[in-house]
Amino acid sequence: MGRITLEGVAKRFGEAEVIPPLDLDIPDGSFCVFVGPSGCGKSTLLRLIAGLEDTSAGRILIDGQDATRVPPAKRGLAMVFQSYALYPHMSVRANIAFPLRMAGMAREERDRRVEEAARVLNLTPYLDRRPGQLSGGQRQRVAIGRAIVREPKAFLFDEPLSNLDAALRVGMRIEITELHERLRTTMIYVTHDQVEAMTMADRIVVLNAGKIEQVGSPLELYREPRNRFVAGFIGSPRMNFIEGAEAARHGAHAIGIRPEHVTPHPSSGDWKGVVGVAEHLGSDTFLHVHDTGLAETITVRAEGEIGLNPGDTVYLTPQPDRIHRFAANGDRL
Amino acid sequence: MATQASRAAARAMLSPAVVLLLIWMIVPLAMTLWFSFQRYNLLYPDRAGFIGFGNYINFVATSGFWEAIVNTLLLVGGVLAITVIGGILIALLIDQPIWGQGPVRILVISPFFIMPPVAALIWKNMFMNPSNGLFAEAARFLGLPPFDFLGQAPLASIVLIVAWQWLPFATLILLTALQSLDSERMEAAEMDGAGPFARFWFIALPHLARAITVVILIQTIFLLGIFGEILVTTNGGPGNASTTLTYLVYKEALLDFDAGTAAAGGVVAVILANIVALFLMRAIGRNLDA
Ligand SMILES: Nc1ncnc2c1ncn2[C@@H]1O[C@H](COP(=O)(O)OP(=O)(O)OP(=O)(O)O)[C@@H](O)[C@H]1O
Ligand SMILES: [Mg+2]
Repeated sequence: MGRITLEGVAKRFGEAEVIPPLDLDIPDGSFCVFVGPSGCGKSTLLRLIAGLEDTSAGRILIDGQDATRVPPAKRGLAMVFQSYALYPHMSVRANIAFPLRMAGMAREERDRRVEEAARVLNLTPYLDRRPGQLSGGQRQRVAIGRAIVREPKAFLFDEPLSNLDAALRVGMRIEITELHERLRTTMIYVTHDQVEAMTMADRIVVLNAGKIEQVGSPLELYREPRNRFVAGFIGSPRMNFIEGAEAARHGAHAIGIRPEHVTPHPSSGDWKGVVGVAEHLGSDTFLHVHDTGLAETITVRAEGEIGLNPGDTVYLTPQPDRIHRFAANGDRL
Repeated sequence: MATQASRAAARAMLSPAVVLLLIWMIVPLAMTLWFSFQRYNLLYPDRAGFIGFGNYINFVATSGFWEAIVNTLLLVGGVLAITVIGGILIALLIDQPIWGQGPVRILVISPFFIMPPVAALIWKNMFMNPSNGLFAEAARFLGLPPFDFLGQAPLASIVLIVAWQWLPFATLILLTALQSLDSERMEAAEMDGAGPFARFWFIALPHLARAITVVILIQTIFLLGIFGEILVTTNGGPGNASTTLTYLVYKEALLDFDAGTAAAGGVVAVILANIVALFLMRAIGRNLDA
């Protein structure tokens, strides 16, 4: 069990209100990702749930029980830190066993659980090493091992992959997702990488300056962003926003169209522009188109190789049913 | 030091310092060794010449030699114990976010700025004096007989004075070590269910091991040579109760004018220091390996 409910939770550091009162319900067994730009309060929110920071207002419920004043160790949550926060003078075995030892568990049971966790995480050959003798990915797995042996109600991850290189990050992303598939324990995962959010989550919480902008499944957020902020944050490359006459033609203050929903053509289309930079990824080509008179740059994704080079004239056609319309205050129309 | 050229340059740059240090250390050591094998008493300048190990036998046979060795070890050990334990406690205390942190930290390190004999004299006359000292005053206030610190417990009193002087050093080193402890590591331990004592014992103390080693090694070097505090407080007495090896050498050289025996004593002190150093490196030196 691990249902976490926030009711009017707020956090102030002195005068600065980092998190205005917010409500959030995280169902048992879900994989919930907090995303948002740097400094928007993701870590703070996670630390509030963990109990490492006191709330300024509101209640935190874990499985329906009020946990607002419960100390971190008693909340039954396990946290994986960005810096891994391993104990450098202890072996991997002792690191993973530490929470069990603190709980006063008998030695045999402790060893059994550590062996089991090490097997799941492919750490068995490294059990007697020190954290300093491991690679970044292995350290990350030790930190996860230390979390899973406690059999917590929920896991809290704070940007666990941000210290890893790109290839390893993709690998660990899949490992964590598989771990969730197997354990079916609630996971709350903080990241500022929207690709991680899209691929791992079953629920995404988009935060902006401490406010929840939208909560939903990855595809909901992609298809129907509630406002311009979410629209711009979810999806890569970013959605193009167009204001002015073209937006007014659609009866909106601004319209948004994702790069993958615009079709480029060398000789005919709705909008005319000049190719600035063409990024060739092999499978796709991203064209940055200038001089359309609509926005400074419009990014377009074309499949595969297309015969357009910088300086060429290009015509763009948006898919009409994929145009998002926004009001002046940023809300979706 | 990556390339051949930079290594050669480094050696050239270092050599003046090394040569100077070598002369600085080798010459006095050689002279001490030389005198330690000579009959050389300033009161009888005519009776000179090589006497082999006579001075050493003399020195070891001096009344109070073994007592001096024990006193030296007690002084070093006592001061180390107080400064390391006290230093950890004070460092833990002033690492907390408290009001007036800056002034408190400066106050804590201030004893280190006071010259050792001055500090010892202040302790002797203003605190420990059995008739006018603050401690005697406090005892009288509580209706207790005043305690003659330097008369009844001379070595313990000197340990106290020296420990007071070195506490800031230990505190400062341990405080910086404590501040380099990753706060996420402490928070992880907290989430893992470790209470304040468990966090100190399993996380903070192992983190401090290297700093504690540095404190012990550096302090030992200085504490083996403690002299001024003894001279101005007890003069090694009563009897030999607070005579250390250093003080015994002083007595031989400048009270008995026996330069030869004093030199032998100096060599014995060097040997003792090396034994202590060897022992320390064996016991805690591996903490210094990264
Ligand atoms: N202890 C603190 N005292 C005062 N302000 C703080 C404190 N901790 C965080 N803040 C402020 O709260 C805001 C949110 O910080 P937080 O660490 O939660 O951001 P974040 O979303 O995790 O960012 P990042 O992606 O960079 O990790 C920031 O503006 C930060 O300056
Ligand atoms: Mg953060």
